[in-house]
Amino acid sequence: MAEFHEISPNAPAAAKALNWVDNRFPLSKLFKEHMSEYYAPKNFNIWYVFGVLSLLVLVIQIVTGIFLVMHYKPDAALAFASVEYIMRDVPWGWLIRYMHSTGASAFFLVVYLHMFRGLLYGSYRKPRELVWLFGCGIFLALMAEAFMGYLLPWGQMSYWGAQVIVNLFSAIPFVGPDLALLIRGDFVVGDATLNRFFSFHVIAVPLVLLGLVVAHIIALHEVGSNNPDGVEIKANKDANGIPRDGIPFHPYYSVHDIFAVCVFLFVFSAIIFFAPEMGGYFLEYNNFIPANQYVTPLHIAPVWYFTPFYSMLRAVTSELMYVLMALTVVGAALAVFKIKMPSLFKAVIAGGAVVIVVLMLLIDAKFWGVVAMGGGVVILFFLPWLDNSEAKSIRYRPTWHKYMFAVFVVDFLVLGYLGIQPPSDIANRVSQVGTLFYFGFFLLMPWWSRMGTFKPVPSRVVFKPH
Amino acid sequence: MSESVVKNGLVDAEKRTWLIASSAAGALGTAAVVVPFVSSFQPSERAKAAGAAVEADISALKPGEKMTVAWRGKPVWIVRRTPEMLAELAKNDPQLVDPESKLESQQPAYAQNQTRSIKPEYLVTIGICTHLGCSPSDKFTAGPQPSLPDDWRGGFLCPCHGSTFDLAARVFKNKPAPTNLEIPPHMYLSDTKLLIGEDKKA
Repeated sequence: MAEFHEISPNAPAAAKALNWVDNRFPLSKLFKEHMSEYYAPKNFNIWYVFGVLSLLVLVIQIVTGIFLVMHYKPDAALAFASVEYIMRDVPWGWLIRYMHSTGASAFFLVVYLHMFRGLLYGSYRKPRELVWLFGCGIFLALMAEAFMGYLLPWGQMSYWGAQVIVNLFSAIPFVGPDLALLIRGDFVVGDATLNRFFSFHVIAVPLVLLGLVVAHIIALHEVGSNNPDGVEIKANKDANGIPRDGIPFHPYYSVHDIFAVCVFLFVFSAIIFFAPEMGGYFLEYNNFIPANQYVTPLHIAPVWYFTPFYSMLRAVTSELMYVLMALTVVGAALAVFKIKMPSLFKAVIAGGAVVIVVLMLLIDAKFWGVVAMGGGVVILFFLPWLDNSEAKSIRYRPTWHKYMFAVFVVDFLVLGYLGIQPPSDIANRVSQVGTLFYFGFFLLMPWWSRMGTFKPVPSRVVFKPH
Repeated sequence: MSESVVKNGLVDAEKRTWLIASSAAGALGTAAVVVPFVSSFQPSERAKAAGAAVEADISALKPGEKMTVAWRGKPVWIVRRTPEMLAELAKNDPQLVDPESKLESQQPAYAQNQTRSIKPEYLVTIGICTHLGCSPSDKFTAGPQPSLPDDWRGGFLCPCHGSTFDLAARVFKNKPAPTNLEIPPHMYLSDTKLLIGEDKKA
């Protein structure tokens, strides 16, 4: 507890007021810890703006969301019309609604770029594992938020998208059908489903999201930011205990970030005013038709940000199951014969592989598709422990790692593209290869990330004043 | 009386027992509170009531036509099959996953037959694809057409992931849908009145 601090009687009124608050709430202390005396590495590049931008989009979504709830009706009979009412009759309602719907896509765009930055520079490595885990939690909450929000306009795509995704849960053996019933609250997606998704979308998930964002930032400010060189700036401090390669976040990076915010808002506004539906990618055309539970639209596709994972779902067919079984057997055989460990562990691995293969034979491919889709997200949580490379940053990793990352990015984009397209034989083959690569990239990372010639990591960050 | 001062490393066994007991009681109470909240996720009484049986008047249905009625918010199709359609059904058998409708969950026992119906003429089935719940569209005309095989004998095509079903709502092999369409419990109240959702009068 801080001692009570007296201030000179002839101090300015503002200083007196601040002193009054500081004696009762750590206002100046918080500002120093998180802004003016939070030392961030001086070599940040353009990749480091996406964290602040995702915070900005979060604020946009919360503010626009609050105003949309004032006019929206979470009732299957009224929902579609109330959204159209917002679009046509509420003064400036169209703008608020388009800010919210475009904001959803913008959120995923900046978050994907933010995550890729982490991948590039090893920002999830020790001691930043929890920063990464909280971030993955945010990503998961964001997906739930987007999925449930998409049901609310009660259009055809809202309805059938929810129908398909909720039915995925019924593929889980034994508990699936009851779980799907519990999620819907009715025998089909209906008014009960709309109401509970509304509740989750406007209060439950946002609360979790905000909590995770606070945890993410507290953890980050505890360990300090990583940087494009992956060098720990805290290892080299001056006499005052300040990192030699660190600069105060405020004003140096707050100014950088305000500039980035301005550029972002240019682009964001341009989309809102000139292409709010983005040719059917941000708001699908079928969603301008009211939900009809007796007619399915001819082509159902999720919004673009879900499509890489949707492709993985579709890629798992009964044919691919044989490939997966073969891979399980090969993986277990390699572990048993190539890795030195006690024979008890070997028996466990061999037994586990047999159980998995038997389950793969017994349970429908549909269920494993759901496992692949969920696994594609969950595997990100394990990244800190999968990456064994000597250098954190891609700058000092072997050159071929760069190609590996490039292929991974292309793979993710191709999966995303195929997820938008209607299914076809050739597309399905490509997405199967893509899915295997995606999982191979992560599951084999403990081995491949060690291979190759690493470049020497400098002791100080590389920085050219400009 | 146990010791009032706990020395370093010394455990007050009695205190610990009571701590465990009261924590367990607290956990039990919390678990009990979860029950009403989770239960509230279940279908409400109103939703269950909407699951009550519905009557359908089939007097106006002509041979080769389909009508749809809503039951539990799902589309239930009633198809009046022509003798030609019925004659073609057996030819599909080699291409089907479950031609004899052996999977019991997909139909009541009285519809576990060649035509999957009580009266061969009328097919009553839930028009929801067993893959991911889309509603298949009618493809009653036989012959080659887009998305369908050349020896097509009439049936249904799901627009979402391309599953196909014949006119007895049986699924074709190598399609995403794992099972035949579900036949709901139903009964004839008269020659022209069908009750869907119930097969015996209480």
